[in-house]
Amino acid sequence: MPTELQSPLQPHARWTAAGADIVLQHVGRTYHPHPGVDVQALAGISLRAADGELVAVVGPSGCGKSTLLELLCGLQCPDDGSIECPPAVLMPQRDLLLAWLSALDNAALALRIAGLSRAQARARAGALFVELGLDGFQNARPHELSGGMRQRVAFLRTLLAGKPVLCLDEPFGALDAITRAEMQDWLAGTLAREPHTVVLVTHDVEEAVLLADRIVVLSARPGRVIAELEVEIERPRVRTDPEVSALREQALGALGMGVRR
Amino acid sequence: MRAAVARALPAILLAVALLGAWELYVDVAGVEGDLLPAPHAVATALWNNGNLLWSNFTVTAEQVVLGLMLALACGLAFAVAIHLSPLLRRAVYPLAVGSQAVPIPVIGVLLVFWWGFGIFPKLVVIALICFFPVLVTTVDGLAAVDPEQPKLLRTLNASRWQTFRFAELPAALPAALSGARIALAVGVIGAFIAETSTPSTAAYSGLGHEIVADAGGFQTARAYAATAVLFVFAIACFYTLALAERRLAPWASQSRGDTP
Repeated sequence: MPTELQSPLQPHARWTAAGADIVLQHVGRTYHPHPGVDVQALAGISLRAADGELVAVVGPSGCGKSTLLELLCGLQCPDDGSIECPPAVLMPQRDLLLAWLSALDNAALALRIAGLSRAQARARAGALFVELGLDGFQNARPHELSGGMRQRVAFLRTLLAGKPVLCLDEPFGALDAITRAEMQDWLAGTLAREPHTVVLVTHDVEEAVLLADRIVVLSARPGRVIAELEVEIERPRVRTDPEVSALREQALGALGMGVRR
Repeated sequence: MRAAVARALPAILLAVALLGAWELYVDVAGVEGDLLPAPHAVATALWNNGNLLWSNFTVTAEQVVLGLMLALACGLAFAVAIHLSPLLRRAVYPLAVGSQAVPIPVIGVLLVFWWGFGIFPKLVVIALICFFPVLVTTVDGLAAVDPEQPKLLRTLNASRWQTFRFAELPAALPAALSGARIALAVGVIGAFIAETSTPSTAAYSGLGHEIVADAGGFQTARAYAATAVLFVFAIACFYTLALAERRLAPWASQSRGDTP
């Protein structure tokens, strides 16, 4: 795929015309951790994400959510079914910032990989770095940053890869509740100005309701789609909104976790 | 400077206490000077033979420094090759381990036959002894990269080389430098082995030669004085490298919180 990084601020624009829909049809994936042992991670998953849509995938632990993202990013191949996906970039669960690079250099990693010099990459990443509330931390080392700041840098690194699809794997799973709430607001705001097609894997149903256009609920392993919920709540969404709570209960119900009344 | 002295103080005090105990032991037990010279006798020998010891020291120091560089270059090159090629790993690793069991005097004569009486055969001996810790620590360091890291880099379109350059190589640097420190510690004794197992025709042929000649020639105090020089040299080299490590891989010493 072409790696044009002329406009990292709107990488999305190039893909809109071509259409950046994700289409998965009856996708299955089975691992063979030992000879003779089959672990079926995904069974016949069909799902669709329209250009610019944010689809949240929720499900119990081990339901193949991370496998799904690796399939979308082309890191694995499906055993069954077909996948149609524009170039996608992965934001893994752990931030995986490089300890020997400053925050800005970490954010600009994709630009370095695309062949820019360190100075050029820093210059090009610098503006967005400031816009996304990281000003003052340009030269901080990852270990000097708080958990929330590290995730911001990791997200910016993902964004600057210039790909139309972002695959976010429980990006805020390791954060404390207050920081996570802050980061959810921050992500909603960031995506409003940098629209992308996003597949967000999470086990936090509230996070899915707050951020997504659509929620796909997966079953326990082997993962299959057991429910799809449209989220038609106006943005910005507030977690105390009754509509948010209602949809949250609906999603939890689909997961088999009934809510007592 | 004052802080450096304060940090060195425990080591200095311990050294003084050990020297005092040694002096007392020789005195009280009446040990022959040819068997174990007292510290004051060693100090006298050091003082009286300053020029001789210095000339031999420069020979040995050059061997240690150049030999270590050779060891570092070979250790890193083999480590990278082993890391990148499972085939090479299976081929080279067992032989590298086995090479550590080769008694140097067995091959010393061969090395001299190949490369003469100059410095090069000695560098080969030192490198043979010192490359191994560098190899093992670097291979482990390269393999210790988080397995998720290459996946992430692949989705950022990194090539194999870029994954190596941006993630694996820097991640392995602290381990490689630890290997270099171990190599340095054995490098000084490596120089001793090199000097005593490969003959030399130079006027001054190093502290190792000096020690062997003196120990056999009832110049025990001078042999101990030469040993003291090697002792201090090893310490100086070790901490020089630790300083270099803080420059080269500051993130490693920060997270480990150690100071030399």
